[in-house]
Amino acid sequence: MHFLTEHEYAVVTRCADVMLPPHGDFPGGGVAGTAEYVDRTLGAFDFDPPRIWAGGPYSGRFGGDARFSEFLELSRLEELAWRTRIEGSRGIADREWNGPVLGWQEIYRDGIAALGAGFLDGDGVDQEAALAAVPELADLLFEHACEACYGAPEYGGNRDLAAWHAIGYAGDVQPRGWTDDEVSSA
Amino acid sequence: MPDFDVVVVGSGPGGATAAHVLAAEGKSVCILEKGRNHLLALAPPFDSLGHLSNDEIKFGRRYFLGPDPLLEPRTYRRSAADGDRTFTGDVNNMPSTVGGAGFHADGKLPRYREVDFRLASEYGPVEGADVADWPVDYDEMEPYYAEAERLIGVAGDHTANPFAAWRSGPYPMPPGADMYLATVTAPASARLGFHPYRAPTGVNSVPYDGRPACNNCGFCSWYGCPIEAKGDPIAPLRHALRTGRCEVRPESMAREILVDGSRTRSTGVRYVDATGTERVATADAVVVACGAFETPRLLLRSGIGNATDLVGRYLMFHMQTIVLGYFPFRLHAHKGRDVTHIMDDPIVGDADSAAAARDAGLPFLRGGIVEHGGPSHPVMEALYLPRGAGHTAAMIDSGTRDKMAAFTMQGEDLPQPTNRVDLDPAVRDVWGLPAGRITYASHQHDIACAEHWGPRLEAVMREAGAHGSAWVTSPGIPGSFSEALHPISRHWMGTTRMGDDPARSVCDPWQRLWDVDNVVVTDSSVFPTSTGYGPTLTLVALAVRAAGALAGAEPLRSQRPDPVSG
Repeated sequence: MHFLTEHEYAVVTRCADVMLPPHGDFPGGGVAGTAEYVDRTLGAFDFDPPRIWAGGPYSGRFGGDARFSEFLELSRLEELAWRTRIEGSRGIADREWNGPVLGWQEIYRDGIAALGAGFLDGDGVDQEAALAAVPELADLLFEHACEACYGAPEYGGNRDLAAWHAIGYAGDVQPRGWTDDEVSSA
Repeated sequence: MPDFDVVVVGSGPGGATAAHVLAAEGKSVCILEKGRNHLLALAPPFDSLGHLSNDEIKFGRRYFLGPDPLLEPRTYRRSAADGDRTFTGDVNNMPSTVGGAGFHADGKLPRYREVDFRLASEYGPVEGADVADWPVDYDEMEPYYAEAERLIGVAGDHTANPFAAWRSGPYPMPPGADMYLATVTAPASARLGFHPYRAPTGVNSVPYDGRPACNNCGFCSWYGCPIEAKGDPIAPLRHALRTGRCEVRPESMAREILVDGSRTRSTGVRYVDATGTERVATADAVVVACGAFETPRLLLRSGIGNATDLVGRYLMFHMQTIVLGYFPFRLHAHKGRDVTHIMDDPIVGDADSAAAARDAGLPFLRGGIVEHGGPSHPVMEALYLPRGAGHTAAMIDSGTRDKMAAFTMQGEDLPQPTNRVDLDPAVRDVWGLPAGRITYASHQHDIACAEHWGPRLEAVMREAGAHGSAWVTSPGIPGSFSEALHPISRHWMGTTRMGDDPARSVCDPWQRLWDVDNVVVTDSSVFPTSTGYGPTLTLVALAVRAAGALAGAEPLRSQRPDPVSG
């Protein structure tokens, strides 16, 4: 793991299942890989290039060379923005020209701590109530769960393309694309 | 000896087009672009960089095309009564990258009609707005429209729109495949008296200009095209670069347009490069094409063009009326070019809209083109569904994506002097410069238009088979849930309006600043009115015209058929 502790990883997994529950062929936000997505995002700068923007133009799933996993470099200013967003401004003057910024790492760490040590022992109702009491964590985690499950798997989620299969969505389709008939027909 | 003949600030459709025209006329050109380059190599053979992809996270959630709101926050308020600001962050942001705002669009490129250039003389004044005629008319613009369509590569059927102005020739390419959604909504529209037609689109329907035909991948709006089938922004940029007389400097933030001691002639541009080092590019002339948000910001910082206190004023966004139809069957709007059909009827108006105008105490109601489209991809769908039990079932059913159609009416919003871009008194960008502040509120006309056309377009959705419908606006109308939200139209116009009278405009009819005549603005900030059409083709056509004049080229001549001889 790159940022989350084992406990935090387990909490994120469980929260993702509460927010995006299993249904039909969808195994739930936890099994679909939300915690892996979150951990790679919070630990994005453990990698070089950082795990911010996947490469292109093709993933290989519909032909072409598989380049999504070759993440792209950030510029000097983009690195400043993403470190600030993820790590927080931390009192660093170069990051606080408009005031302090609370980072994603802080939101997760402090928010998961606020859920309490017994969070994983509770039932779904208890866990929903606990999350509702920490809205900053809940809102951010929900956004990341949606991205993790329904975005490209190269970011760490959408394990086995389970979410895309469940909703009947093909994902990125270049360079095959869709034929004119597939576009115009029901 | 200056470094260049011309420095162009901004590499979007206006800047890239100006650079192409100037370089083709033998001028040496330097394009300064604030954003990153993800588009094409800047050395021969100018190939694609391969950064663009069908990736909803990269483009939709992680600011890949910029600007990052942490680095470049914008502020917003509806009026001065709101105080300094009510919001800080992304306010109707357009891409900030090599290629500029050309990236964000699915490439709908309609022309304006004759009457759209003379709103004041045709329809008269409106209280609370400064409606004005353009200092050009359609006949003069027509050859520039034709050149813009050839440069970008527009696919369309020139016989399809009964309201269209005359043309000197057909589109360069035939239309592409109709989206299934439009095969449902277009006939329904026609049954209710509308006139839908295949939208002229800057996306190749056949191989054109050395670029392939579109393969309908469905990642059009908000994305860059991975296979270069979309002509804007790559076509004019690559043409400019291939002359050997044009260079592009990405990550170069223009701080100030420099002027001589008389303050009537520019000498170049001071900018900050990718390393944070301040540099100067000197030139005989400067073209400003940063878009209707950054252009006034740059002029205000530079202290030029603003003797009339009009720089930044008359900001226009289009009042978007978004009509949703919920269908019992799948529409797969994620396949195709996002929007393949539009209709002009709300701009043209009819007896019912004229009556609604009278009822509202207005001289007219001018709506906008209605784009037949729908939501495409699942991350955005997931974000707007209630979390918890039912979320996954809702995603599988896809009532708010795969089974939803959306009409977007680009309603004409009237130019009001209080709607403006100015410099925020406190918030700063990463370069330490005052953030741009947007003050914007809708005119009674814009609201009345939405209130009239929203229900009529809902009726079309029902006629098409929708079991439910709704309409919303951006910006929100008073009393609606979205009233306080900032606009999201991604159209910007009007902040350095052009005109015949230097007391009532910032630019002259050739888009030169009245008070610094070797500075030319080639973006949609020169628009005196917004009309109800997307701005891109018109700003590109104007850029061809203005850059040609700057280069001393012969103007293009109209070929309007003689009404007698035909």
